Amino acid sequence: MKITGLVTVIICGALLIFYAMDFPDFGDGTSPASTYLSPYFIEHTIEDANVPNIVTTVLADYRGYDTMYETTVVFTAGLACFFLLRRKESQNPPARFYRHTPTGITLRIEEGGKLPAEGSKVFMRIDSLWAPDSLIIKNTCRLVIAFIQLFALYVVAHGHHSPGGGFQGGVLLGSSIILFAISNDLRRSIKRFNEKTSAILGALGVLLYAGTGFLCLLLGAHFLNYKALAPIFRSTAAMARSHGILCVEIGVAFAVMAVMIWIYYNLSSAGKHDEGL
Amino acid sequence: MSLPIDMIILSLVVVSGIAAISVKDLLGAAIVFSAYSFLMCLSWAVMGAVDVAFTEATVGAGVSTVFCVAAVFHTTRRTKD
Amino acid sequence: MENLIHMIGAKFNYIAYIILMMIGLYALIAKNNLVKKIIGMSIFQTSIILFYVSTAYKTGKAIPIVEHGHGAHSVIHATDYINPLPHVLMLTAIVVSVATLGVALALAIKVYRQYGTLEEDDINSQIRIQAGK
Repeated sequence: MKITGLVTVIICGALLIFYAMDFPDFGDGTSPASTYLSPYFIEHTIEDANVPNIVTTVLADYRGYDTMYETTVVFTAGLACFFLLRRKESQNPPARFYRHTPTGITLRIEEGGKLPAEGSKVFMRIDSLWAPDSLIIKNTCRLVIAFIQLFALYVVAHGHHSPGGGFQGGVLLGSSIILFAISNDLRRSIKRFNEKTSAILGALGVLLYAGTGFLCLLLGAHFLNYKALAPIFRSTAAMARSHGILCVEIGVAFAVMAVMIWIYYNLSSAGKHDEGL
Repeated sequence: MSLPIDMIILSLVVVSGIAAISVKDLLGAAIVFSAYSFLMCLSWAVMGAVDVAFTEATVGAGVSTVFCVAAVFHTTRRTKD
Repeated sequence: MENLIHMIGAKFNYIAYIILMMIGLYALIAKNNLVKKIIGMSIFQTSIILFYVSTAYKTGKAIPIVEHGHGAHSVIHATDYINPLPHVLMLTAIVVSVATLGVALALAIKVYRQYGTLEEDDINSQIRIQAGK
């Protein structure tokens, strides 16, 4: 298999490199890729939508359909992970580990033993594979998470003027919760942001995107033509498109954040939502 | 003509790509793949694709590494090749 | 000879993308471990993204964010900015690639739970034994 693979790969690569020599030069401004459609996008972005970042305009306005279905694909991937991995906890859990907080002693409670109360302040449940309790890691992450979330909100809201937007901001928001789940433990993270919330937020994000489109349809324009929203925002057509882009980006950020967290919960606990990384 | 820094970064990308598929430890492969993603993100930033580079920095070097590590944690680190 | 060096310099990104794509394809064909195959798939995806971003580049031009966007409305020339369209196509592709990576790893965990191994030949022999009995 190795030799077959190597021969196939070398023949394919040689052919591709041979034909790649006919491509336009790297950095050529007059290549066919940048002469037909993209000049229109670059020249009309300010007068059409009043957004300096051309990538944001093309992403959420000119090619809005594309992005809507990409968001749907991300949400579907989250659902697929859920259906593949999620399983109920068994009735008789295996041995569990608890830490007695005042003394720092670790206890192992055998299968069927008497477990401490759920909200006990003295006995804290810990993962069976990861015992050390680090004050520094917990408190540093607690400090950093707030700034990550603030930066994520800035990235979502300022995507019109600087690099950024719904996808990046959503991933940053999701990674802040993932950082919390890694630095503390998965159970505490699930207590704050549980599976149901992530499913509902993911669906809500896609709904917000499609709902903006349907609102335009109701107001008498085409699907996702934000010009029709001008009476709602009490602004000109160009500014209405700018605000419409912001609505859509918020929907994308919700969906991406929720799906990233959801996939992490399912992957890190292999579907049991019991003990994470 | 390509930029010299672009050539250097892309050579490093190729090296780390080969390393990612030839390391005999899956956790190591996940970490090398993270380095690969970050170098790729640098090369896109050099080429002026700031939005794409930002996305790759958050997604490729951040979240996908966590996913890989989580999956390796629940399966096995050992591999025959 | 000089001609060849000039040609490689002008097409270096395309050569690099083909090499990366072939690394990914080799991992998909020849590697035995499922996680290695998934990493190969991701390398394949990023190589395609590298190709698209390379086609968008214009030497010495500005990044695709309009300068003085809300100030004096001077005329915007399309030749002053890097082509933004491939960037948009690839931005969504990256996020979708991480979603597919999640699904692929979920499938790998599921396979490991069923067969106790990630090696493809072991899984195949186990399937053969089960079919034989």
